[in-house]
Amino acid sequence: MARYLATRAIYSVLVIFGVAVLVFFLVRLGGDPTALFLPPESSIEEIARFRRQMGFDRPLLIQFGEFVWRALQGDFGKSLRYGEPAMRLVWDRFPATLQLSAVSLLLSVVIAVPLGIAAAVNRDSLTDRVGLFFSLVGQSFPTFWLGIMLILVFSEKLAILPPSGRGTWQQLVLPAVSLAAYSTAIITRLLRSSMLEVMQADYIRTARGKGLSERVVVYRHAVRNAAIPTITVIALQVGALLGGAVITEEIFAYPGMGRLAIQAIANRDFTIVQAFVIFMAVLIVAINLAVDACYVLLDPRLRKS
Amino acid sequence: MGFLRKIVASRLAALGLILTVAVAFMAIFAPWLTPFDPAAQDVTQRLIPPFGRTPEGLHLLGTDALGRDVLSRLIIASRISLLVGVAAVIVSGFFGVMLGLIAGYDDQRAGRVIMAVADVQLAVPFLVLALAVAAVLGPSVFNLVVVLGVTNWVQYARVVRAEALTLREREFVQAALALGASTPRILARHLLPNVMSSVIVISSLQVARMILFEASLSFLGLGVPAQIPTWGSMIADGRNYVSSAWWVAAMPGIAIFLTVVGINLLGDRLRDLLDPKLRHMER
Repeated sequence: MARYLATRAIYSVLVIFGVAVLVFFLVRLGGDPTALFLPPESSIEEIARFRRQMGFDRPLLIQFGEFVWRALQGDFGKSLRYGEPAMRLVWDRFPATLQLSAVSLLLSVVIAVPLGIAAAVNRDSLTDRVGLFFSLVGQSFPTFWLGIMLILVFSEKLAILPPSGRGTWQQLVLPAVSLAAYSTAIITRLLRSSMLEVMQADYIRTARGKGLSERVVVYRHAVRNAAIPTITVIALQVGALLGGAVITEEIFAYPGMGRLAIQAIANRDFTIVQAFVIFMAVLIVAINLAVDACYVLLDPRLRKS
Repeated sequence: MGFLRKIVASRLAALGLILTVAVAFMAIFAPWLTPFDPAAQDVTQRLIPPFGRTPEGLHLLGTDALGRDVLSRLIIASRISLLVGVAAVIVSGFFGVMLGLIAGYDDQRAGRVIMAVADVQLAVPFLVLALAVAAVLGPSVFNLVVVLGVTNWVQYARVVRAEALTLREREFVQAALALGASTPRILARHLLPNVMSSVIVISSLQVARMILFEASLSFLGLGVPAQIPTWGSMIADGRNYVSSAWWVAAMPGIAIFLTVVGINLLGDRLRDLLDPKLRHMER
């Protein structure tokens, strides 16, 4: 088991290295990255100076070596706009994004897990139909549109919740709800289908056959076995939530990393974009590793092998 | 026709088919369906509410901040959404299926490399990656298709690889191998036809996702150039007037919703009929 987790950890480091390569070549997709960083009206002297300063005039391989060497020391370059280390800027905004994503995830899980289980246990009942209806609706409209409509109704018309900013819990309600909608829909639907499959398993029939109450069958036998697929689904949603947070933060003027990245794109501040992508990757890889560890704890079969 | 009858045997799927066909019809015949010129501005008739009349006629869904007819723009915008959605699915499907087949057939060497690349890509949330690539490439319809296509091949590759891994051991593949068939021939003639039903199911659900992603990128101004109306950019325009003229932002969202619901309902039915094991897939 320790060996399994160690292998996963080494692989994770390789994946992050892969993301670093991706990010390095990302800004070089269009050729010389100077054009990407500087506004189109820059003079030739400015361009030449900038190219030298950033090392874009050196051979690609040397640039890459430099990039990796610095990245290993946590140096991802300075933001051209703010003059501060790009990774520090991203890191400073991380708590805001973490709070928003965590609240949204909690909201999704609290709604979706009971709904998904209830829908599967009472298949074709009213609960099941309502659950399926909401999960279809929830993943069929764009998150940003929902956000704007929530602002329209709750901030403009009813004037009961603030449309933007961060600090009070009221300011967290609308962004968290609009971000949670999609994940709630997906978790409900996937948990329902996992539970349906588990409910048809032989050990469930055995449990029923030996006269256990339906409660015990569902909660002790079915839910436990549906836990692994559910955790996989929820973990996958963490990535989707962090990605969705980008656009949600933009709508609600919420000061998180996503908004920082979108502003950085508008300002051609690509060192921040690079730092942001790598930070996201480290976060997601770490979560996946934690999930792998959870499997080992939850599934006794994995503990032995 | 037998298969079509099976699809519409479910009332929800029939609804999905109607919605999908209606949107496709709207996109194909868009120039002949718009009640007004979608680009015609008239600042004296700006932000007219739905069912409002102007000297030019009835604006069923109102007008926007420049006095353009919202319904006409909605109809024209359906073209980009569907075009980008379908094209992105073709691109991502092509690469995803090809790489998935190779990864499944040769799981020791090529497979490891391909799946490692997939893991790298999955470590970055899709929207973040698409955002960064779109920002670097700049807004254009072609770039948008490339961005969405290249960032979504993994969904196909994973499913196809898993199927190719088991198909590889089947007798007909072993027989082809014994007869001296080349690897490309085995992949294309013997494995590909057997993964097609999964590919069709994934594609149908992916089109809906691509339409949502296109809207997100266009909303952020990273999709198609600003002068081409899309549902996403219409919502971005309407966002600034949402307190005084809700319909400008609301209507394109409803259009996206109806399109995506229609395709999802149809896709769900295709999955139940063709490949029920894909139920555990995230759309």
